[in-house]
This record gives sequence, structure tokens and C-alpha cells, in this order.
Amino acid sequence: MALTGAEALVSTLTEMGVEYVFGYPGGAVLPIYDALYNSSLKHILTRHEQGAAHAADGYARATRKPGVVIATSGPGATNLVTGLANAYMDSVPLVAITGQVHSGLIGKDSFQEADIMGITMPVTKHNYLVKDGNSIPRVIKEALFIANTGRPGPVLVDITKDALMNHLLEPLLDAEIDLPGYRVKTTGHPRQIMLAKNLIQEAKRPLIYAGGGAGDAGESLLQLVEQYDIPVTTTLMGLGAFPGNHPLNLGMLGMHGTPWANMAIQECDVLIAIGARFDDRVTGNLSKFAPKAKIIHIDIDAAEIGKNVKADIPIVGDAKSILPELLGTEKLTHPNWIAEIREFALPKYQANKPNSDPCEVCNVPNLFNATPPPPCKRQESVTPKQVLEVVAATIKDKIIVATDVGQNQMWAAQYLPVDKPHSFITSGGLGTMGYGLPAALGAQLGRPDEQVVLVTGDGSLQMNIQELATIATYDIPVKIVLLNNRVLGMVRQWQTIFYESRYSQTCTGSVPDFCLLASAYSLPAVKILTREDCQTKLPEALLTKGPYLIEVAIDPDESVWPMVAPGASLCEMLHAELTPKPAWER
Amino acid sequence: MSKVTLAVLVNNEPGVLSRVAGLFTRRGYNIHSLAVGPTEDNSISRITIVVEEDEQRLEQVTKQLHKLIDVLKITDLTYEERVERELALIKVKGDKRSEILQIVDIFRAKIVDVSPKEVMVEVTGDMEKVDAFIQMLDSYGITEIVRTGKIALARSAKN
Ligand SMILES: Cc1ncc(C[n+]2csc(CCOP(=O)(O)OP(=O)(O)O)c2C)c(N)n1
Repeated sequence: MALTGAEALVSTLTEMGVEYVFGYPGGAVLPIYDALYNSSLKHILTRHEQGAAHAADGYARATRKPGVVIATSGPGATNLVTGLANAYMDSVPLVAITGQVHSGLIGKDSFQEADIMGITMPVTKHNYLVKDGNSIPRVIKEALFIANTGRPGPVLVDITKDALMNHLLEPLLDAEIDLPGYRVKTTGHPRQIMLAKNLIQEAKRPLIYAGGGAGDAGESLLQLVEQYDIPVTTTLMGLGAFPGNHPLNLGMLGMHGTPWANMAIQECDVLIAIGARFDDRVTGNLSKFAPKAKIIHIDIDAAEIGKNVKADIPIVGDAKSILPELLGTEKLTHPNWIAEIREFALPKYQANKPNSDPCEVCNVPNLFNATPPPPCKRQESVTPKQVLEVVAATIKDKIIVATDVGQNQMWAAQYLPVDKPHSFITSGGLGTMGYGLPAALGAQLGRPDEQVVLVTGDGSLQMNIQELATIATYDIPVKIVLLNNRVLGMVRQWQTIFYESRYSQTCTGSVPDFCLLASAYSLPAVKILTREDCQTKLPEALLTKGPYLIEVAIDPDESVWPMVAPGASLCEMLHAELTPKPAWER
Repeated sequence: MSKVTLAVLVNNEPGVLSRVAGLFTRRGYNIHSLAVGPTEDNSISRITIVVEEDEQRLEQVTKQLHKLIDVLKITDLTYEERVERELALIKVKGDKRSEILQIVDIFRAKIVDVSPKEVMVEVTGDMEKVDAFIQMLDSYGITEIVRTGKIALARSAKN
């Protein structure tokens, strides 16, 4: 008996090496769920389609394999939209399979009909509407291929119910992909590579700025840095592409970057951007960004070149193939440049100096000047720093960090250095609250031998809290560190700074009791209230087998420092003196 | 700002026009005119787009278009030897028929429909010619115009 479209779908996924699918059933995908019933494909039932999309995304980021998510037509499909947009912004390989109403019912506002192809066009790399079951095997192969090659991204495949139910012609199972309009350039142009290499070798003050696209090139990046003695700053998405504890790692740049990374950007003479896209959160005022530098821009997406800044030497291709070609035979050193950068970490630069000399780049007189000092902390409160330092010391190099969005995300970036690529799982481009919990469970399933720690906030956690059920059901051993400040901290921080502390709608209060809630899901939980708890209960919970919710009470006035106000130049940092220690001093 | 003419070959599949148009809206590029139709190969359509943008953004337009999986080839015809045509149908009040006929003659246009009150005229040519023709007819009272958007084809090599 010939396979049905749905059976062909499942067998193609299996054949292509897909191990997990995340999803939620419904009328239009019943044929798929029936085909899954006897399949070896592992299906994770989340409690919301958005959760399924983020879980597949977290799995994909952690494993560098495409994540697969299934949802039914109509509301199931529209619930995926945030997940797709999130994956699109961060270039995550995702294949979303949605059921569609019977082909004869399309366009008639039928029950649970939504034009998901039209809806998701701007947030997917490509999408399909399949009405003929015979094309399912080819389309699925193409979708996986498109999602995970070139600049990765999400692909949606919408399949009508009749296409899933009809029996298809057997030979089509081994249909090959056919994509004449899809070209991926991986190797860089030899002339550009030569020009770049010369420029790097001549540079007196070179700097590497690594983004999410550098993750796959981690090893060559390390080699390049060590051969040429070039300091590295990474974006939020680039954390882990270069070892967080390496002495040449300057930390993150941008809005909440370190003063030494931001000043290195302003002072460097050659800036090597690798798999990064000069996002506004990273560059600050674009016209004052890296004013003294010639820019080498390496990216697999030609459209990124020249989008935000003009590159002096653009190289289109895969960093993994290009970086080794930039290596020379000679070893270089830049001791003066590195010493100069490190000076920015010295206290003399970081004291409040309202009348210090104007910055020569932007002519701003208060280079590292602090506006009124941050409000006093209640002495007894646990600080995010204390908590996360204990987390880092307890889990060590087995750690995969997942974050939500807001202050919790920035603190995680500042205090939890990761040393391996693909080990800092965060919603960078879209900044999706609620991403963390489902992404963490997906990452944990993908890398069972490491420990996923989710750092989240009370606002974010509640945006996909239903996934506690998924964690409990499948016993996925994620450790959830909830930094509970009882406010929408990051928004509140902006209100403090830019809106005269008028706290409009940012106080969430003390409901729910997260530990009680965890126990409703049969998950163990603990409250960390004091600094002593931090030293005792926290490590104990982190080292317990299985999932755990760790709720830490922190002061709502805790802020993320330093900070470059939106639109300001990278040298205009507020509270530089409060920056966490640099890698070379840890 | 400058105007360029792009010939974009795309898979002749549902949704492709919407992808191209959506890309322009989303990235905020200005479409001056757009014409779509099949080519010698039935599975491929050709979209002729006239875009008005500054240099840097024009480069972005082509690069972003290239990323669409259904886009097979993009040719910038702006600096090529090319033939450009646009077609317009114009309804004009028929009071001064003989004067209109004269203008129609000069522009090598055609009367394609006549009624007691109006005549319908067809004109083809490059954008400037169509503009000039419409301007000439304007004083006779134009009641309706439809224009196709520009199509263009590069000339073949002469040797
Ligand atoms: C879905 C969504 N809605 C709104 C926002 C805007 N936003 C950014 S950070 C933030 C506050 C986050 O609060 P919480 O999760 O408690 O984290 P905290 O900043 O307190 O650590 C909000 C509302 C967002 N990023 N995502």
C-alpha cells in the first residue's frame, strides 16, 4: 500500500536525521499525528504552539541541527508566528510544519483557516503551501536544506489536509531537491581575503567584533586571535563564539557592553566584523561608531554588507571557511594596544569625573560620567551578581545558559561567561519575553550531557509558564533561576533613567507564588532570600538531579550597568564603574 | 535618488508577486512601476521593476531580492542598450475628434474604440512619450487612463 502524504512526511523527516519534533495536535494535522503514533521520531508535546516553536529553536541553537515544529491550521499556525519571527531575527534553522484546511475549502473562511503563508512571509526565509501530497518529500527536504544552509533561518511548510491524507506515488519518496534560485556562497573571494589579510597584518590597533555568525567558526577564531594577538569583543549573539574567560576577550559591546570593549571600538584602526550585522543596540550612534577604523566585514549574507555601515573590505562567505585563510605564518603582538585597552578597566577611568576632558571622538565632556548614582540597595538583598557567580562556580564548564529578556538577560550575559559556541541561548534580535523556558527545554533535550541553566525574570517566565508542564512531564532537567524583582525590571530601569521614575504599569507585584506554582506542576522549588541561602541552598538545588525552580528575591532597584543611552555614542557610558570585572582580572 | 530598471526572473508560482511586493514594503523601498508577465518559458515569469532610491539602498534592493528563493535572476537594465515600452489606454471626450486624430497620428497611437461621446486611444512607447501624449490630450478632457508599467528588454549584441 502506498504511503499517505502524512506518512511520507514522517518518513522523510526520519530519513533526514531529525530526532525530535516539537508540536501540538489539532484537526488539520490529525493525519500527521496518526503517522507519528508508530514512528521512531520523538515528539515533544508542549503546552502552547509558541512554546513548541521556541523549544525547537532552542534545540536548533544548541545542536546546530534544524529544529522541527508541528502545529495545526488556524490558531495553531498563528501561535507560531512569534517563534518564527524570533528565529528569523537570530538566523536559527527551523522548519515549521502546519496543517491547512482541505484544498477545496481554501479561501472560503473555512473553520480554522488562516493564510499562514501570507502571514509568515516577512518572518521566514522561505515558505510553501503544499496541496499535492506527492511533493511532500521534496518540499520537506528543501525546507530542511534552506533552513540550515547559507544564513540559516526558519522555513514554513503549510500542507492541506487532503495532501496529508492522499496516498502518494511511491517513487516520489526519493525526490531530489530542486532549487535553481537558491545559491549559497561559502568561500570568500581570494582577492578580498588577501586584502583583508594585508590590512590585518599592518594594523596597529586591530579589533575583532564577533556576532552570532562566528559561532560555527569558533576554533579558527581562536587561532586567528592567538596568531595575531587581536582582542575580541562579541555581541550578545556572539557570546561563546570566543571563550568568555580568555584574556583577550573584552566582553560584550554595545548598550550594556563593557567600557573597554566600547572604547576599543572607538579607538581601533582596523575592525574585523565576523558574522555580525551592526545592529543599533550594538553600534549606538552609527555616525560615531568606530570613527578611526577601516572595516573588514565577513558575512555569509551579501545583503548584510553595506546595510548599516560601509565596509572597506567586504568578504561574502562562511566565516568557517574564510577565517583559516586569513592566518599567516608570522606571529604578531600588540602589547601597547592591549595595555591601552586594559587601562579603561582601571579605576581612574571609571570614577565619576564630571569635568573630565572631552572625548576626542564625540566631544562629549562626560566620557565616563555618571548621572546621579544608582539608588541604594537594601543591604541584605541578594544581588544578581552574587547569584550568578554561584551558578558559574557550581556548574562550571558543563553550563549551557538560556535566558529570557530584560535585565535577567543582561545579567546572565555579564556574569555567566560561556567558553563554548552555541551555549548561550538567548533571544537577541526580537527580544521575545517568554522565549527562555521553552528554549531551555529544547536545548537540554539536544545536549543531555550538559546542564542548561535558565536565567529568567518574573515577567518573562509568566509569558510561557505553561511549559513547566512539559518540563515536568518529560522530566527535562533544566535549572530555572528566577530573578524575581516583582517588576518588569528593564522597562522600569528605562523609566528611572528617562521618565523621571514614573513607574507606569511596570509593577507586577508578588503574585503568583512561583514555588507554590512549581509544586502544582510537581516540580521541586526553593526560595533564595538571603546571601547565606545563596551559598547553601542555591548550589544544593543546582546540583540536584532533574528540573528545579530556584526563585531568588532581588531588589527591584537593581539596574543593569553600564549603559549607553539609545542614540548615544559608545563612549557615552553611564556608570562604567559598575561594570563586572574583565576576563583578565578574573 | 536615481531610477533603475530591474528585470527579475522568478518562478511562476502562486505568492511570488506577493513576496516581491512584500519585500519592498517591509524594507521601505520605492517602487515606481511594476509589470509582470510570463516569459518564453512557462514556468518562469518576468517582473520589470522601476525603483527610485539612492545608490546605497539600490544595492540593498538587489541583494535582498536575490535572497528570495523564487528569484532566479536579476538584470539591471539601467545601463544597458535596451528597448523600453509602456502601454496606455486613454478615454478622452470626443468633441474635437479631428484634432485628437491629428495628435494620435503624430504619436503613432491608435483609436481603439469610439462612442458618441468619447474615443479610446491606445499608445505605446517609453515613459516619456506616453507622458507627453497624455499631456497633449489633457486639454480635450481625459475621463479615464490605464497604464501598464514599464517593460524592457536589452538589445541583442550587434556583431
Ligand atoms: C513579548 C514582549 N513584550 C514586551 C517586551 C518589552 N520588555 C522588554 S524587557 C521587559 C521586562 C521584562 O521583565 P522580567 O521578565 O521580569 O525581567 P527583568 O527585566 O525584571 O529581569 C519588557 C516588558 C518584550 N521584550 N517582549
